[in-house]
Amino acid sequence: MKLKTSLSRKIFLAADYIILALAVCLSLFPLIHILALSFSSAAAAAAGRVSIFPVDVTLDAYKYILGKAEFFRAFGISLLRVALGTAISLSLTILSAYAMSQPDRNFHARKYFVWVFLITMVFSGGMIPLFVVIKAVGIYNSIWALVLPGAVSAFNVVLMLNFFRGLPYALTESALIDGANHFQIMARIVVPISKPSLATVGLFTIVMHWNSWFDGMIYMSDTSKYPLQTYLRNVINSVDVAKMDLTMASAMNTLSQRTVTAAQIFIAIIPILLVYPALQKYFITGMTLGSVKE
Amino acid sequence: MREKKKKMSVKMMMKREWPFYVMLLPSLILMAVFAYLPMAGIVMAFQDFVPSGGIRGFFTSRWVGLDHFKYIFGLADFRTVLGNTLIIAVAKIIAGILVPLVLALLLNEIRNVVFKKLTQTLVYIPYFLSWVILGGILIDVLSPTGGILNRALGAFGMEPVYFLGNPDTIRPVLVISDVWKGCGYNMVIFLAALTGIDQSQYEAAKVDGAGYIQQMLHITLPGILPQVVLVTVLGLGNILNAGFDQVFNLYSPIVYEKADIIDTFVYRLGMVNLQYSISTAVGLFKSVISFVLITTSFGLAKKFANYRIF
Repeated sequence: MKLKTSLSRKIFLAADYIILALAVCLSLFPLIHILALSFSSAAAAAAGRVSIFPVDVTLDAYKYILGKAEFFRAFGISLLRVALGTAISLSLTILSAYAMSQPDRNFHARKYFVWVFLITMVFSGGMIPLFVVIKAVGIYNSIWALVLPGAVSAFNVVLMLNFFRGLPYALTESALIDGANHFQIMARIVVPISKPSLATVGLFTIVMHWNSWFDGMIYMSDTSKYPLQTYLRNVINSVDVAKMDLTMASAMNTLSQRTVTAAQIFIAIIPILLVYPALQKYFITGMTLGSVKE
Repeated sequence: MREKKKKMSVKMMMKREWPFYVMLLPSLILMAVFAYLPMAGIVMAFQDFVPSGGIRGFFTSRWVGLDHFKYIFGLADFRTVLGNTLIIAVAKIIAGILVPLVLALLLNEIRNVVFKKLTQTLVYIPYFLSWVILGGILIDVLSPTGGILNRALGAFGMEPVYFLGNPDTIRPVLVISDVWKGCGYNMVIFLAALTGIDQSQYEAAKVDGAGYIQQMLHITLPGILPQVVLVTVLGLGNILNAGFDQVFNLYSPIVYEKADIIDTFVYRLGMVNLQYSISTAVGLFKSVISFVLITTSFGLAKKFANYRIF
């Protein structure tokens, strides 16, 4: 049955659409503004003539970045850490989760190991003790300092573990009877049927690695080894117009840098936008993946 | 307990179960080095740790007992930082629930699937961007010299406001920009809960002559309450995490009095002033309180919303 839409309902719906559209515009406006700045001339940016459309459209900022070797080096380091970090994390997650998803009768020490993982979720040594350890094991100032410390995410392991436990155990059992070993079962049965969940965990690991900047800042002593986000932080803070006083900022005429910074920020967003459709697809899965269905 | 009975078959057990140990080994080694060793390193909070000595300092440094903690609690800075952390975190929790809740309720009324989908998709883009990126954008947008917000205010004849460099405006900036980043995430959670409400309840209410406002009060709000409680309770466990990444990318010495939080304080003590022991002591203080809060909040979450993470 359908009720007739009353006038007040119509007004409400119109207001509803308008409020939501405003919310969307508000949340996207800063991003669009930065994009517009990056394609505008330095003069237009400095004169404050840019809002959501580029003014005096030019590729100057991008051309300038093309000549910046540091930018591309940092970009490459970020790609490398994403590739290495995700591959290592995902492998460790699958291996650990598979082992700990076994029934207790198959793997008697199972629950003790689960605790070993869970404890790392709640307790941590904190910034300085970890820093001392990283220096002591000799990975300070190398890409491994960005990849290894966070490689085992107990959270992801627990997510996958719960997912594996939800699979019918008969699959494993019948394979065991057929003479397969656990490595084969994991690689040929469990992993292939868990692709959506693995994709979720993988995507979130990719985004996490791409977005990390603090580890680069404290574990890398050479700025030439900075990943993109750390490099970008340096760029932003050296032009830091907002944090300077008014007179200083205008005296230094740093405003022409604005378009270049905007362009670099935008390039750093592109990889996220590329995986965004996939992220969106798995977003809800990711949130419900960990829930126990008992 | 049952160990005795099984001792006989340990050899057989290992023969069958060794693959699991092999699978766990790499993770266990990494956790031992990067999680458990640093946990042991917390002892430096009770020592006079000398940074130059490296890891051997754990064994050779002089023990000072609770001296560092006494020092910290006497520090005026520490009280400021603790207060800032609580105020900023609480404001973020409240705003971070109300705004997405209202948006989710509004979005739930809309029947146009394309508009609905598009709104969700676009609103949660900032969630996936780092605070370096968002901070860089905000620094430009809020700049007192040519930032677009100040230009807009200027059009109304207002003087430029130095948003990030003014102790009066920094907290609102932190809270609002946090809503900007996190809003989409909570909105999707709430929306999922709203779609989960049994539609036949609405049909029945309509038959009984209930208007939209009554449906909202008696079906929608009670239906979404468990989710709201859950998000609030889980937020309370994080009350000492006021958002290091965000604050670190937006604050500056001028606004320390209002924006410096425990985590940024720990960073400066340790990495800038090289006071390793004191920094670790502050960190430990935070971890202990957080642990209590997190366990309590998960207990509450389980009780009220039947939520379990494992």
